[in-house]
Amino acid sequence: MTTTAVRYETVIGLEVHAQLLTESKMFCACPSPSMHSSPNSTVCPVCLGMPGVLPVINRRAVELTIMTGLALNCRIPGEAKFDRKNYHYPDLMKGYQISQYDLPLCRDGWLDIDIEGKTQRIGITRVHLEEDTARSQHMTTQVGESYSLIDVNRSGLPLMEIVSEPDLRSAEEARAYLTKLRQVLRYVGASRANMEQGNMRCEPNVSIRPLGESSFGAKVELKNINSLRHAYDAIKFEVGRQTKVIESGGRIVQETRGWREDIKQSVAQRSKEFADDYRYFPEPDLPIMMVERAWVDEIRSRMPELPNVRQRRFSERYGLSEYDARVLTESRSRADFFEATVALVTGEKGPRAKSVANWLNGDFARLLNADGVEIQDSCVKPAALAELLDLVDSGAISGTTAKDVFGEMFKTGRLPAEIVKESNLSRLDSSDEILDATARVIEESPKAVADYKSGKETAIKFLVGQVMRETKGRASPDIVLKHLREKLG
Amino acid sequence: MSLSREQVQHIARLARIGLSDDDIAKFSEQLSEILDYFERLRQVDTEDVPPTAHTLLLQNVWREGDKPEPPLDKEDVLANAPIRDGDYFRVKVILEE
Repeated sequence: MTTTAVRYETVIGLEVHAQLLTESKMFCACPSPSMHSSPNSTVCPVCLGMPGVLPVINRRAVELTIMTGLALNCRIPGEAKFDRKNYHYPDLMKGYQISQYDLPLCRDGWLDIDIEGKTQRIGITRVHLEEDTARSQHMTTQVGESYSLIDVNRSGLPLMEIVSEPDLRSAEEARAYLTKLRQVLRYVGASRANMEQGNMRCEPNVSIRPLGESSFGAKVELKNINSLRHAYDAIKFEVGRQTKVIESGGRIVQETRGWREDIKQSVAQRSKEFADDYRYFPEPDLPIMMVERAWVDEIRSRMPELPNVRQRRFSERYGLSEYDARVLTESRSRADFFEATVALVTGEKGPRAKSVANWLNGDFARLLNADGVEIQDSCVKPAALAELLDLVDSGAISGTTAKDVFGEMFKTGRLPAEIVKESNLSRLDSSDEILDATARVIEESPKAVADYKSGKETAIKFLVGQVMRETKGRASPDIVLKHLREKLG
Repeated sequence: MSLSREQVQHIARLARIGLSDDDIAKFSEQLSEILDYFERLRQVDTEDVPPTAHTLLLQNVWREGDKPEPPLDKEDVLANAPIRDGDYFRVKVILEE
């Protein structure tokens, strides 16, 4: 079999929707529902789409969108407006969605992603603001009759749509873009940006074309993607599917396909041979928005330091490795925790910063991961970690003990000095207790003692370990080793 | 400017309205009249008038402070539900074409 030399290039553009972190909804003052809100408990005539109601723009939502646009290096035009997008679906209460058509709040930006050690700049076409729809759940009765249950709580929540240019060339790049975008959204406090919880959603547009070709192939829009991994898997699958269709002489039709996680395939949903007919027109109930320079500058002044800038500063100011700085700045709360702790520990900041980083990226991260807890929700606070580091630094407790104390702090939220005092964990500097433990271990481990005496140097490691266990890690291994060697001759 | 039968049917389908043959004839006439009126408006010289998306002179009308207010009581919310199913509205499944 000969392999023909046509190679294909993948072209991906991403539409990302992110729910904004506001206390109230986009066009009415209903509270934003929590995950525990019961169905239809956070709604009013406006978000129920009752006739005769009047929407009013939540200014905070507009500010969060502009701040996101600034973080994505967008231009903020001086004038923006809302439009009606008309379509019928049971989760759309009014028969139209208030969205933005030709005058979005932000446009022409970019986001840098790191891919295999290289920086790639991905264009952002626009960022606009709209309202979320109600949630529908499809059900089937025992006799096979289908119906839907509608919960209107989500209706009217502020939803930001971020549209990228078709600049992404692989599933890996799409994943890197989504990860970076999620990080930025969380940093600026615009969204929880959690795909599993549905407050960040993405719809990749995927096409392929022969390498070197400058026009685009027919694109397929992928829906029903509920995690970063689904996005990656769905794009991989879709690229493979399109390649097979074309190589077997077929043609790709422009359509919407849904990702089916259960069978790991995309399946056709509807053909898009004809453009959607949404009949957009300016929302007559909402006056236009004039976005003054001064307002944009004021929003910019409130914008937190962004992850890339912060990572660079961590490396330079604290002398951290690239790895440490990157991991610490992955989330704003972890980076904040780091800086708060460094500010509190006594002694020279440089070496301290390194040990704070070690704790945060080591034991602390491991325990947080195991419990699925975010650092800001942990009962360990920066002051407590600083206190623990000071205890180690002053020699009051050993490094091994510190790990145990930290475990206790993590579980109970108690302060390290208190735990050390109560459990008698101070480092054993001298001797009587260590000597006793050494004697006991020698007596109870005749085999290891014999091995050591017959020249097996490794046997002494076992004995040191036993003494450490006897003293609950409070002895210094060096001192134990010295004692053992003296005793065994 | 007159609207074709197909155009009227298309608009009716988008609005989910069923039309009889008589309706279609009637609406194509009435809708055409509305379009004619816009044609007349088009004759006005708007050379020196900046385009606008809104007829009111209002701008930047906000709800400030992002303060939530109590929502509607759930019993009121569901009072007019065609079919209530627990705390939900129950509706027919609509499949996309």
